[in-house]
Amino acid sequence: MFNDRTAKFLLLAALVICVGGAFAPNWIVNQFMFGFSRALAILGLMVLWRTGLVSFGHAFYFGLGAYAVAILDSKLGVSDVFLRLLAGAVVAGVAGFLIGFIMRNYRDIFFAMLNTAISMVLFGIVVKTESLGSTDGFAISASTIFGLAPETKYPLFVIITLVGLTAALAVNFYLKTTFGKLTTAIRDNEIRVEYLGFSVAHAIHLKYTISTILAGGAGALMAMSLGQVDPESMINWTVSGELVFVTILSGPGNVIAPFIGSLVFEVLRTYAFELAPQAWQLIMGATFLTIIFFLPGGIWSLIEKLGGKKNEK
Amino acid sequence: MTNKLLKGALGFAAVSAVALAGGIAHAKDTITIAVPSFLTGGAAGPFGIPAMNGAKMVTDAINAGKLPAPYNTKGFGGATASVIPLDEGGGATKQVAEYRNLVEKRNVDAIVGYISSGNCQALAPVAEELKQFTIFATCGTPRIFEEAARKYVFRTMGHATADNVAAAMYVKEKFPDMKGYTGINQNYAWGQDSWRDFDLTLQQIMPNTKASDKTQFPKIFAGQYGSEISAMSLDKADLIHTSFWGGDLEAFIFQGNARGLFKKKIGVFTVGGTAAYRLGKKLPNGLVLGARGPYGILVKDRPSALNQWFINTYKDIYGIYPSGPAYQYGQAILAAKIAYDKAGSDASNEQLANALRGITFESFSTTVEMTLGGGHQAATENGYGITEYDSENGENVVKDVKFYPASCVLPPEGQNSVDWIKGGMKGAKC
Amino acid sequence: MEAALTILLDGLQFSSYLFIVSAGLTIIFGVMKILNVAHGSFYAWGAYTAAFFIGKFSDMGLPDALGFLIIVAAAIVVGVILGFIIEQGILKHMYERDEVLIVLATFGLFLVLEDIILIAFGTDPYFAYQPMALLDSVELGGITRDVYGMTLIGVAAVVAVGCWWLLNKTKWGTLLKAVIFDREMGISMGINVPLVYTLTFIGGAILGGLGGAYIAPTISVAPGLGTEVIVLSFAVVVVGGMGSIAGAAIGSLIIGILRAIAVHELPQVELFVVFAVMAIVLVFRPEGLFAPAKPRKI
Repeated sequence: MFNDRTAKFLLLAALVICVGGAFAPNWIVNQFMFGFSRALAILGLMVLWRTGLVSFGHAFYFGLGAYAVAILDSKLGVSDVFLRLLAGAVVAGVAGFLIGFIMRNYRDIFFAMLNTAISMVLFGIVVKTESLGSTDGFAISASTIFGLAPETKYPLFVIITLVGLTAALAVNFYLKTTFGKLTTAIRDNEIRVEYLGFSVAHAIHLKYTISTILAGGAGALMAMSLGQVDPESMINWTVSGELVFVTILSGPGNVIAPFIGSLVFEVLRTYAFELAPQAWQLIMGATFLTIIFFLPGGIWSLIEKLGGKKNEK
Repeated sequence: MTNKLLKGALGFAAVSAVALAGGIAHAKDTITIAVPSFLTGGAAGPFGIPAMNGAKMVTDAINAGKLPAPYNTKGFGGATASVIPLDEGGGATKQVAEYRNLVEKRNVDAIVGYISSGNCQALAPVAEELKQFTIFATCGTPRIFEEAARKYVFRTMGHATADNVAAAMYVKEKFPDMKGYTGINQNYAWGQDSWRDFDLTLQQIMPNTKASDKTQFPKIFAGQYGSEISAMSLDKADLIHTSFWGGDLEAFIFQGNARGLFKKKIGVFTVGGTAAYRLGKKLPNGLVLGARGPYGILVKDRPSALNQWFINTYKDIYGIYPSGPAYQYGQAILAAKIAYDKAGSDASNEQLANALRGITFESFSTTVEMTLGGGHQAATENGYGITEYDSENGENVVKDVKFYPASCVLPPEGQNSVDWIKGGMKGAKC
Repeated sequence: MEAALTILLDGLQFSSYLFIVSAGLTIIFGVMKILNVAHGSFYAWGAYTAAFFIGKFSDMGLPDALGFLIIVAAAIVVGVILGFIIEQGILKHMYERDEVLIVLATFGLFLVLEDIILIAFGTDPYFAYQPMALLDSVELGGITRDVYGMTLIGVAAVVAVGCWWLLNKTKWGTLLKAVIFDREMGISMGINVPLVYTLTFIGGAILGGLGGAYIAPTISVAPGLGTEVIVLSFAVVVVGGMGSIAGAAIGSLIIGILRAIAVHELPQVELFVVFAVMAIVLVFRPEGLFAPAKPRKI
């Protein structure tokens, strides 16, 4: 069925990308690393979005993940790629779980904005604290893999692709479970879900925590791929906006969508910046508005249409 | 399924092929120089645009062989350079991503520029990783060459330590009665380093003065300083140090001026030079004004052919006198020409770096000695003056200009700035 | 004593500035349930338009006192034109869509408007110091203050009283309150809700523009000035309670005065304090100090 096809496609695509990456020039490898790192956060936001929740503040978790890597690096000298990833995901996940107790009571725009507010608190703290790098942030040393320091970025690229694959498969599986299937049900009618004997608060809390773990992991991977973190690019509200932008761009239709959407975003931004250094924001904003108006299902809906809209749905 | 997969694989292959095609080396009668500077945001108008203008003007002149001797040969090692202007805004992380694109996707030959210390600090390790010949033009934090040895990264002007040591010395000379001082600096590497160096130097050379315990560190590009100005007005300190630059600087001068701040306190502006030509009559008299070295208004009267060419050509093209950033970017481009002339237009990054390392060259307004940071960090003189409005000619001038030699305001090679100042600035030759 | 007076005045001045900008944001939210990220752009456009024309008029040798007229005119022109175009051109077609999607649309608009400013006005900062120079300065509490900055407190008071009067003493206010409470009910009662929306949005935009236009003479009007403002006014409305004018006033006062205390007594925490207040309010009273009652959606 539909889901099996998704899993199969993911596995094959990951294989093709990993092999292709070995022959691709560095800048393309970079675009894929940035894109797939971000895609992890988008995956989490997608889970929330299918429940009707949009967070305008997930840069909080993205930034926590990135800064976890930075602090581990600068204060403790930890360079192992898996330790770093784990730290980012765990720190963000724990924070997300705790904050989730508040968040799960909020919906709609209040949910969106409470998240922004919390992310701005972190932003304010980091910007003003010299030991946290203030506005400058930190440079991040190259990651090692089980003590080995790779010559090129390729191993990190493969790891990011595989992490992305694992996350996509896991989310795909989760969405098939009963709890996962509650997503759309909650969006449509919360009270009915309660009458069915499920706790909406618990379901949302779980989804929220999942999304924060993914966002933390995304931040950690992004920090490693870029080799730099700073509050403006990792925590500020504009970053949350970007994350949501990519989520909308991708569309909620399938766990593959975030990966395609993130790649499109990276390429779009690279070229917008290259072609119109003074108007790249305009290009991004206009694209965003166009998607909201004319392609509410995101790029994924376009792919479905082109693919002849199979039996799924 | 297979259909989809095939499409995906084909797409990937196509993208890769396009990229490879773009990567084929081009003939070396032309080179590309990426010039990053602030093109958007509050720092663009007062700082980023003049910097870009300076870079473009000097590049054009070099391409045409129109620089005064000894630089009147055509081109960069004979090659014509095209400038790729680039926005420096958006934070260090974005700049790192863009830098990688510049090197790996757009295959530029040299990267010359950068104003923000935050960006330079983030990019130095990346440049080393990618082995890319890079000249930092303006950014100021001393940490770049003090934290690690660099092979491919250069900076062709003095760093923040020179600005602030010179400022302290100038203060001691002109305001020996000063009792206490405070400061307002932006809360990132540049502002923090500037204040630290100024404060430490005064502790050494004017031990009877006292720093305020309420120095201000507002966020960069904050733009409104009403409360800060009140707090400093109430402060007992009789001197205010600031390393504000660009739009923040101009906003602060306006707001402080309206509040009579600079009538009651001595204002020390280490990057104030850019405001001198732009603000005209709105610039208060009596400010201690620096330009991060011998640039802009401080060297307007230097008669050398190179300097007069720079001032006159800039004024002809842009209708205003060149300020510090224009000089600094022009100087960095000039350094690139010298490196290319020595190493040849098809030189590798290593050869270019070897050509520039440790040399001494005559720039537009001063002599640049690449003697610090293992030959990667320039040492130049540094100077200050006091502002005065010349109502006859309707423009600002600086009087009592005094320059301090590089050996006086910069630590000797191999020494960390903070340690050097704390240790009483041993070996300084003033 | 002098210090206390100075802190109070600094705080009030900053609060007033925050209030003028946030009032527009909170009104639009209260009536239309739109968190308008592009509000920062109204502010920036107001500042640019005012600064541009104050400079132009001064160059033409017209009296500087005209500056005050220009400030008000700039706010109205920016609010009416931008507000009308955005509401009619974009938001109107989205009212049936998810509220959060509308927020995102305004984020896209924000990005677009920021760059259009660059294209329209260039990158060079504008100075419009004439109105500030006209009002001179006074000695107060041992330091010099510019009178212009203090008039800001009066402007904020006028805005606050005006909003209160409009909401509580006019027929219009009654209609607005009906729409705020229940949009569908408003429609069924024969209220022209689309018109109410358009006018509310324009009104909010004018206030955003006024904030920018009035502050323009005291700052260097440079690209990017909308980004900071939206975050600050966001903190204000979160603290006060989304959609409440009284909340925006209280939120502005709390944040403005706490920030002034921080700058004077402990400058390191100046930025942090704004968001710390926000965090504390969020934890203990997440709906804000003055949130209007929210009917539960079934």
